[in-house]
Amino acid sequence: MRSPRREFLRTVGGLGAIVVSAGLLARSPRALAQQADPILAGRPLVRYPEKTDLILLTSRPPQLETPMTYFDRAITPNDAFFVRYHTFPVPTSVDVGSWRLRVTGLVDRPLELSLADLKAKFSKAAVTAVAQCSGNSRGRFAPRVLGGEWGDGAMGNAEWVGVRLRDLLAAAGVRQGAVQATFEGLDKPAFPSVPHFVKSLDIRRVMDDPDVIVAYQMNGRELPMLNGFPARLVVPGWYSTYWVKNLSEIAVIDHVFEKFWMKPAYRIPDTPCGCVEPGTAPKNTVPISRMTVRSFIGTPANGARVVPGRPVTLKGIAFDGGYGVREVEVSDDSGVTWRRAQLGPDLGRYAFREWSAAWTPASAGDYTLMVRALNAIGESQGYEPLWNPAGYLRNVVERVTVHAG
Amino acid sequence: MRRTLGIATLVLALPLAAAAQLKTITLPPDHPYGELKPGPGVEVTQRACRACHSTDYIVMQPRGDAKQWEAVLTKMIKVFGASISDEDAKAIVGYLSTVYGK
Ligand code: HEC
Repeated sequence: MRSPRREFLRTVGGLGAIVVSAGLLARSPRALAQQADPILAGRPLVRYPEKTDLILLTSRPPQLETPMTYFDRAITPNDAFFVRYHTFPVPTSVDVGSWRLRVTGLVDRPLELSLADLKAKFSKAAVTAVAQCSGNSRGRFAPRVLGGEWGDGAMGNAEWVGVRLRDLLAAAGVRQGAVQATFEGLDKPAFPSVPHFVKSLDIRRVMDDPDVIVAYQMNGRELPMLNGFPARLVVPGWYSTYWVKNLSEIAVIDHVFEKFWMKPAYRIPDTPCGCVEPGTAPKNTVPISRMTVRSFIGTPANGARVVPGRPVTLKGIAFDGGYGVREVEVSDDSGVTWRRAQLGPDLGRYAFREWSAAWTPASAGDYTLMVRALNAIGESQGYEPLWNPAGYLRNVVERVTVHAG
Repeated sequence: MRRTLGIATLVLALPLAAAAQLKTITLPPDHPYGELKPGPGVEVTQRACRACHSTDYIVMQPRGDAKQWEAVLTKMIKVFGASISDEDAKAIVGYLSTVYGK
C-alpha cells in the first residue's frame, strides 16, 4: 500500500511550477496537516494565475481550496482565497473598457454601467465579510455525500468595497410588483443543456440591507479573475453561492426564480436545524441562506509537534451568519474542560473574529485541541455533526491533534 | 508591483481617451491527479465524462456501488443533458462501480 505521505510527495513532485523542494514542503506544518487529512491527502498543491499555492479540488472548472494555515488570522489574502465555479468555461479575459453591469427587468430606467460609472456615480460602501461555500467541509459528512468533496478551506474573509445593491436598484427604479432580483455572471457553460449559473434574492431582503454590495475591490485591490473580476455580489452573512462572480446582469422579476441553481440545487431541509436523520431525504426544502456558527484552529496545524512544558499560542478564527461572535472557548482534553480564548479586533459582525489562547502541553503525548464559538444570539456548535443530503451547513466543534514530545 | 505569472493587463490608449483595459489569465490543463484509473470501460468513461468537467469530479467522490453511480449518470443525463447511450451508460456504471466501487 502507498502511504499518504508518499502519495502526497508524488503528486506534489509532479508539479513543475513548485520550486520548493518536496522534502522541505513535506516538513512544513501546512504539508503535514494536509497529509494527516483523509480528504485532502493526495490532492496536489497548485499555483493558478493571481493565486498562491492552493489545494486543487478540480481543474475544470477551476476549484481551489485554501490551506488551513491561513486561518490563524482575520483577513484571507486575495491570492490565498478559495475558488469555486460551477460550469466550464469560466471567464479568463475581461475588457474593463467594454464590460457593463446591466440592471434590467421590472425597472423604470434600465441601466448599463461601466466600472468607472460604478466608482463615480454611486457612493462607496465597504464591508468585511466571510465568503463560505455552502458545501465547505462536505468531505467530512458521514455517511458521505456526493458533490465537491471540500475539506474546510472553502472559506475566506476579505474587506469588500463597492456600491450598495439597493442604490443601484433605486437608480433603476424598481417597479410595483417586483418580487426578486436575479444575478448572473460572465460564466456561460459550453454545453447549452447545462443550466447557466443564475441566483436570486428577494427584493425586500436587498432593499432592507445596506451591506449587500456589488464589490469591485477586495482587500484594497481589484478582484482576482477567479474571485470575480471586475465585480461580484457580496451578501454578508449568507453562503457565497449568492455572491455571483464576474457579475454582468441584474434583472428584477415579478416572481420567485426557481431555475436549477435555486431549485433543486442549493436547498436545505425545511427543519429548524436544516438537517435530517443521516441517510434520509427531507420532505420539504428551502433555499440555503444564513451561515451557521463555526470556529477553527489555524495554528498549531493538525498533526503538528509541540514541546512538553513549552508555551504555545493557539490561534484561529470564528464567524457566524451576521450576528457576530460573542465568545470563543478552547479545550485541550477532548472537550471535558473549556476555557475562554482572547478575542482579537472586531472587524464587524460579518467578519472572521480572530482569537488566541496561550497553552502549555503539561507532558508528552497526544493532545486533542478543540474550539467552539457562541454568537450574539446564543447559537453555538455541537459535538455531533448535523447531516443533510447535500452536505451543507456543517458546524460541528472542530478539533486538531498535536503531538507533544 | 505585484505581477503574477499568467496575467496580462494591457492598457491601450484609444482616440477619445477612453482606455480599454484587458485582463487575461491562462488556466493550466487538467491535472493528472484527476485521471481515471485503468480498467475495463475506462475509455468510454473518459469519452463521456470529460466533456463538461475534468474527471477529478469523479475520483474525489466517495467509493460507491452500482446504485450510487447509476444515480450519478442519471443526473448527468437528465439534469445536465449529457448524451450517453444506454449501452455506454451500462459500461460506465460497470467501470465506476468496479474501479471506484465499495
Ligand atoms: C453535459 C455536461 C456533463 C457531462 C457530459 C457530465 N457531467 Fe458530471 N457534472 C456536470 C455538472 C454541471 C456538474 C455540477 C457541477 C457543480 O455543481 O459545480 C457535474 C457534477 C458531477 C459530479 C459531482 C456530484 C454532483 O452530483 O454534482 C460527479 C460525480 C459527476 N459529475 C460525474 C460525471 C460522470 C461519471 C460523467 C460521465 C458519465 C459526467 N459527470 C458527465 C455536467 C456534466
